Amino acid sequence: MIIELGHFALILAFVLALVQCVVPVWGAVSGDRRLMAVAPPVAGMQFLLVGIAFAALSHAYVTSDFSVLNVVENSHSAKPDLYKITGVWGNHEGSLLLWVLILALFGALVAAFGRNIPADLRAATLGVQGWVTAAFLLFMLATSNPFLRVSPAPMEGNDLNPILQDVGLAIHPPLLYIGYVGFSIVFSFAIAALLLGRVDAAWARWVRPWTLLAWMFLTLGIAMGSYWAYYELGWGGYWFWDPVENASFMPWLAGTALLHSAIVMEKRGALKVWTVLLAILTFSLSLLGTFLVRSGVLTSVHAFATDPLRGTFILGILVAFIGGSLALYAWRAPLLKQGGLFAPVSREGALVLNNLLLTVAAVSVLVGTLYPLALEALTDEKISVGPPFFNLTFGPLMVPLLIAMPFGPLLAWKRGDLAAVSQRLYAVLGLALAATLVTAWAQGTEKILAALGVGLAAWVICGAVAEILSRARFRDVGLSTGLSRLYGLPGSAWGTALGHAGIGITLLGIVAVSAFEEEKVLTIRPGESVEIGDYRLAFGGLARRTGPNYIDDVGHFDIYRGGAKVAEADPAKRLYTARRMPTTEAGIVTFGLSQIYVSIGEVHADGGADIRLYHKPLVTLIWLGCLVMGGGAVVSLFDRRLRVGAPKPARRQLAAAE
Amino acid sequence: MRKPSLLAGLRTLVAALAVVLTTLAAAPALAVAPDEVLGDPVLEQRARDLSAELRCMVCQNQSIDDSDAPLAKDLRVLVRERLVAGDSDAQVIDFLVERYGEFVLLKPRFSWNTVILWSLAPLVLLGGGIVLALAARRRARDTALRAEEAGTAPGTRLDPGEQAELDRILGADAER
Repeated sequence: MIIELGHFALILAFVLALVQCVVPVWGAVSGDRRLMAVAPPVAGMQFLLVGIAFAALSHAYVTSDFSVLNVVENSHSAKPDLYKITGVWGNHEGSLLLWVLILALFGALVAAFGRNIPADLRAATLGVQGWVTAAFLLFMLATSNPFLRVSPAPMEGNDLNPILQDVGLAIHPPLLYIGYVGFSIVFSFAIAALLLGRVDAAWARWVRPWTLLAWMFLTLGIAMGSYWAYYELGWGGYWFWDPVENASFMPWLAGTALLHSAIVMEKRGALKVWTVLLAILTFSLSLLGTFLVRSGVLTSVHAFATDPLRGTFILGILVAFIGGSLALYAWRAPLLKQGGLFAPVSREGALVLNNLLLTVAAVSVLVGTLYPLALEALTDEKISVGPPFFNLTFGPLMVPLLIAMPFGPLLAWKRGDLAAVSQRLYAVLGLALAATLVTAWAQGTEKILAALGVGLAAWVICGAVAEILSRARFRDVGLSTGLSRLYGLPGSAWGTALGHAGIGITLLGIVAVSAFEEEKVLTIRPGESVEIGDYRLAFGGLARRTGPNYIDDVGHFDIYRGGAKVAEADPAKRLYTARRMPTTEAGIVTFGLSQIYVSIGEVHADGGADIRLYHKPLVTLIWLGCLVMGGGAVVSLFDRRLRVGAPKPARRQLAAAE
Repeated sequence: MRKPSLLAGLRTLVAALAVVLTTLAAAPALAVAPDEVLGDPVLEQRARDLSAELRCMVCQNQSIDDSDAPLAKDLRVLVRERLVAGDSDAQVIDFLVERYGEFVLLKPRFSWNTVILWSLAPLVLLGGGIVLALAARRRARDTALRAEEAGTAPGTRLDPGEQAELDRILGADAER
């Protein structure tokens, strides 16, 4: 019964989405306020209905209702409760339902918190959001319905893919989806602006917080996914240039560019046409990612679906939205007036450089991801494009970007003075050089490239600190006034500094772990020990342990440093009984910012085991940097300007009357 | 003129750092079992570096260095056998491509069917750069034109002292 309610709610949501597609947009274009007023309640109601559908499916999972096909295929009565809930989105149909739920959530948020947005823009935005929602609801109802029943109901389910039975599944997909589905609202804003033929600085002011919100969740989602892969897959890699990772990384690159171009538009009224295009492209990349993952064109852990009907349907959605929005853009963009002149060397110029490099970086990831698929489809020839390709094409683009990063925020708007800014960065350059030299001295000259990498990271981090300090103007105003200035700096200034520092911190982690990691591959027997870094690991032997739906072979290690025991690690080789599928559970111990990582491979009859052992210096910085970036976004979101919002139309009318 | 040397220096630095990042980002990861490891550390390192560039063909986007699949193990052993037999890196790669096709390479070779793959990003970078340079020139011309219309064309220019004073005021203003 509850399942039928959920199914019915989903159908009702689709019908409401159709209303939302037409009525508010018509109202916005024709200037009819009554029609525009339909949008907010409909958007709110739609969120409620999709929420009911989601709750209904969750209920079926929690109670292990095996009369529902989706539950049979992806759950098991012995599965721990947490994974019964997370299992809701650990499959094709359920993850689409989560996707649509977040789509509806953003519509409802704009309806609820968008009171300072002009009525016509808000109505048109919600209308466009309705187009996307309607398309995906139709897709779900037609090809991917999670509410189908099965009769007779089996006694037991097939269990969830063991790799997905992890806390990571509770956090990673929701964060990631809020991120890349969140860009839908920015897309809707852009299309609405094109429909109304009006893009002004105020538009950028409304768009920027939504972009920031989506970007923050996407950043954290990607970081979480990376850490999950790191501890789950058992060989300590954190980024694989897998097409599915790329699918989330491309919108991140485009979204980062968008975040920066929106600043230029808000502050200086320049780059309007480009910002609108970026908003469209960012969400197009999100849609492309959804297509890649959901259609089954890729065969990877994340691609659960392999039904050609689904692929064609999503491809249709993709072509309609990307093609349609770009056509609309080509038709309407010439109406938008460009404004704000600036010299090539200026804050605007630096942000344009940022946009160029990030866009090209997104292109390099895009071509590497799609090319093998396209080539195979067209010529039946199979090639592989993997990490070595991306390192060679993506890496070099990041170097000038990172070198330029500290200059950007210090340059003046309109016309900057590069020589003066360079002078202000002498101290930062000095610190970066010192970091390089110290690293080269400590690690030996054969690691000179790594030393340069450390220097670049120091340059970026110190540059961010220098920017904040120079804004406080300690030298001119003295310590106490400087401190109060520091406190009074706008949130966006802190956001910039934290965002940039976060990139530097992540880079430092990547460089350190890539260049200074130690690894050992060996067979170890009970009573033996092995040394790595400053640590000695003593192997206590293997023991069998039974979990709710798996069996573990747990190895026990005591970790010593300088003769004293400092920690223990218990890596395991796990077998999930329902699917007979083995996984590795790495033993990870954090010391400061570094980690010892040990995982078990083959187990021998004499009680010995093959192990892979790593000392990963500063590895946690990779993810801490992402947290710092996310923190920057939070601080920036609390900026007073964004909270207060744009000036009300009433005031503009007053000014006109005077 | 200090600029050209500064630029040249910067370019060298960029080139050097580009190499750093590319070599660094190829993080070592392994599925190598203890019995496969070669005694000679130099040869073993070469084997590891080669393995990271070769695809485990039955896996989903994993190199043979990362994969636990039996085929990956066979290939790792094969690579090591060839190296011990005295093959150069290029010879090992050629041998594997001969046997398994281009699909085995994670970094496709430059050829007629990978032209777009390799050249698209650089072309976009170049095209974007040209568009931006043209736009900057057009803007500069527009500004000059406007200055002329406003009667501040060359001839009525500020003298260097006045210009410096103006820059100082504007600079201080822009910082605020």
